[in-house]
Amino acid sequence: MGQITLEKVTKRFGDVEVIPPLDLTIEDGEFCVFVGPSGCGKSTLLRLIAGLEDITSGVIGIDGNDASRTPPAKRGLAMVFQSYALYPHMSVRKNIAFPMKMAGVPQDEQARRIDSAAKALNLTDYLDRRPGQLSGGQRQRVAIGRAIVREPAAFLFDEPLSNLDAALRVGMRLEISELHERLKTTMIYVTHDQVEAMTMADKIVVLRAGHIEQVGTPLELYRAPRNLFVAGFIGSPKMNLIEGDAARQHDAATIGVRPEHIDVVDDGPWQGKVGVAEHLGSDTFLHVHGTGLADIVTVRATGEVGLRHGDTVSLAPRAEHIHRFDASGLRIA
Amino acid sequence: MARAVTPRRKALNTAISWAVGLLIFFPILWTILTSFKTEAEAIADPPLFLNFSWTLENYAVVQERSDYMRFLWNSVIIAGGSTVLGVMIAVPAAWSMAFVPSRRTKDILLWMLSTKMLPAVGVLYPIYLICIEFGLLDSRAALVVILMLINLPIIVWMLYTYFREIPGEILEASRMDGAGLKEEILYVLTPMAIPGIASTLLLNFILAWNEAFWTLNLTAANAAPLTAFIASYSSPEGLFYAKLSAASTMAIAPILILGWFSQKQLVRGLTFGAVK
Repeated sequence: MGQITLEKVTKRFGDVEVIPPLDLTIEDGEFCVFVGPSGCGKSTLLRLIAGLEDITSGVIGIDGNDASRTPPAKRGLAMVFQSYALYPHMSVRKNIAFPMKMAGVPQDEQARRIDSAAKALNLTDYLDRRPGQLSGGQRQRVAIGRAIVREPAAFLFDEPLSNLDAALRVGMRLEISELHERLKTTMIYVTHDQVEAMTMADKIVVLRAGHIEQVGTPLELYRAPRNLFVAGFIGSPKMNLIEGDAARQHDAATIGVRPEHIDVVDDGPWQGKVGVAEHLGSDTFLHVHGTGLADIVTVRATGEVGLRHGDTVSLAPRAEHIHRFDASGLRIA
Repeated sequence: MARAVTPRRKALNTAISWAVGLLIFFPILWTILTSFKTEAEAIADPPLFLNFSWTLENYAVVQERSDYMRFLWNSVIIAGGSTVLGVMIAVPAAWSMAFVPSRRTKDILLWMLSTKMLPAVGVLYPIYLICIEFGLLDSRAALVVILMLINLPIIVWMLYTYFREIPGEILEASRMDGAGLKEEILYVLTPMAIPGIASTLLLNFILAWNEAFWTLNLTAANAAPLTAFIASYSSPEGLFYAKLSAASTMAIAPILILGWFSQKQLVRGLTFGAVK
C-alpha cells in the first residue's frame, strides 16, 4: 500500500513561502512525476513527503494515516538521491543491507533480499566493492537496490538520473520504469527533464513557484495544457506560441501549435526563411525566421527534408491541433 | 595558474624552511644534548655543542630520585581521559552545529572559542576552591575534567570543520533508511569522519599532555603528571641543568615519538577545510 495525500500543505523558509497551500493525492501504485523548472519547489515538496523537511502547516497522509510529524525513518518510504548518497565506508552489500539492519531484519532474510536485489540490478559481481570503485550507473543501481530491499510503501526519486551521461540516462530510465512495472509500488519522481516526465509517468504534476499548474497523464498534458506555462513546458521541441493577428483569427490572445503539427506545404498561410535546420535523420527540426508570427517558428518535419539555411518555406498548421489561450494565459476550451 | 619557480628561488625557499625548522627545533635539541652532559659542562661558557664527554649519569640519577613510571602513567590517564571524554561530548555537539545549524550556531562557535582567550589564571581561584570543596585536589579525575573543558572548544571546532565536509545527503539517506540519531552518528557519521576524529584525538592528546598550568597548580603527589615531574627538578637550592634536561627529555620523549609517527595525520588535521 502506498497512497500519499497532501492536504493544504505549506512550507515557509523564514519569510519566504516556498510551497503555498497545496493539495495532491498520489494513488497507490502510481508513478507520479513532479516536473518544473529549477526552483519551482519540486524537490522541496519531495523532501516534505520524505520528512527531511518539516511542513509549516497542513497534513501529509500515508495510507490514510497522518504522517505530518512522523520522522523520516518511520514513514516507510525509500529515497534515491541525485548524488546517490551511498555510504562510502561500506561495501555495496553493506550499503544495501543498511536499511534492513536498521529495521532488524533477520540475517538470512537480509541475505536473501540482497541476493535478489543484486540479481535484478546486475550487481552480483560488485557486492564486495566500495561505492568509490563503481561507475555512476552502478552507484545509481546500488542506491536503487538499497531502496528496494526495504520494501517501502513508496519510492521517492530526487532527480536520480541527472548525474549520468545521456546514453546511461536512457537505459536507467527504462530500468526504473520496468522496476515500477514489476513492483507496482508507488513512485514519486522529481525531474526538471520533461522527456523523463513524459516517458515514465502515469501522472505528471507540473509545478511552478510551489504552485501546481496542472496534474494529468502525460498525454492529457500534451493534448490539453491548462495554461501557457504547461503548454511551453511539456513537449519537445517546445510548442510555438503565437500572438497577434494570427491568434485573433482564432478568437484567442495566444495560440499554440506544436512543431509536429505544422506541415511544410507548397502554399500555406505562413511564410518564412529557414534559419537553422537540424537533421536528426528520423526528423528534421526547422527553425523558421521572418514569419511575422514569432521570432522563430519551430517545425518538426518527418524524415529527411532537403531544406537548408536560407530557403523560403511555406507552412500550414493543422487546424485540429491549434491550442487557444485567453489574455490571462488560460486555455480556451 | 602555478607560478614559475626558478631553481635559485627554490634553493632559497628550502634554506629558509630549514632555518625556521631548526630554529623551532633547537630548544628541544639543546635540551636533549644537555641531558647527556655533566652539570659542569651544562653551564660551561662558551657552551659546548658536541665535544663533551657523553654520559647517562643524569638519567640514572633522575630515575633513582623519582618514580618516572608513576608520572608517566598519570600523564597517560589525564591526557587520554580528557581527550576521550572531550570527543564523546564534542561529536554530538559538532554534529548538531554542522548539520542542523540554527541562527545562533556561528555565535556559539565564536563564543566557545572566546573562552580560550580567557587567561587561565583568572579562574584559578574558583576552580581551586571547587576542587577543595569536592575533595578533588590532587586527583586525576579533576584534571581529566578540567583539561577536557579547556580543550573542548578546539575539539568541537575541529570536528565541526570535518563534519562540514561530509555531504548532508548521506546523513539524510541514513535517516530515510531508518536510522535514528544514535545509529546515524554511530554507523554513518563517525566512520566517515574517522580521519578527522583521529587527528582531533591526537592533537588534543598532545595539548593535554603538555598542559602545565593546571597540572602544576592542582596536583601534589598523587595525580602529578610528567609536567610536574619536570618542574620538580627546578628546585629552590639551584638549577641542575643537566638533570632538569634529562627529566625534560624523559617527559617529552613519548609525545615526541607519537608526534613523529603521526605527523602526516596531524598536518592534514590542522589544514583540513582550509584547502579543498
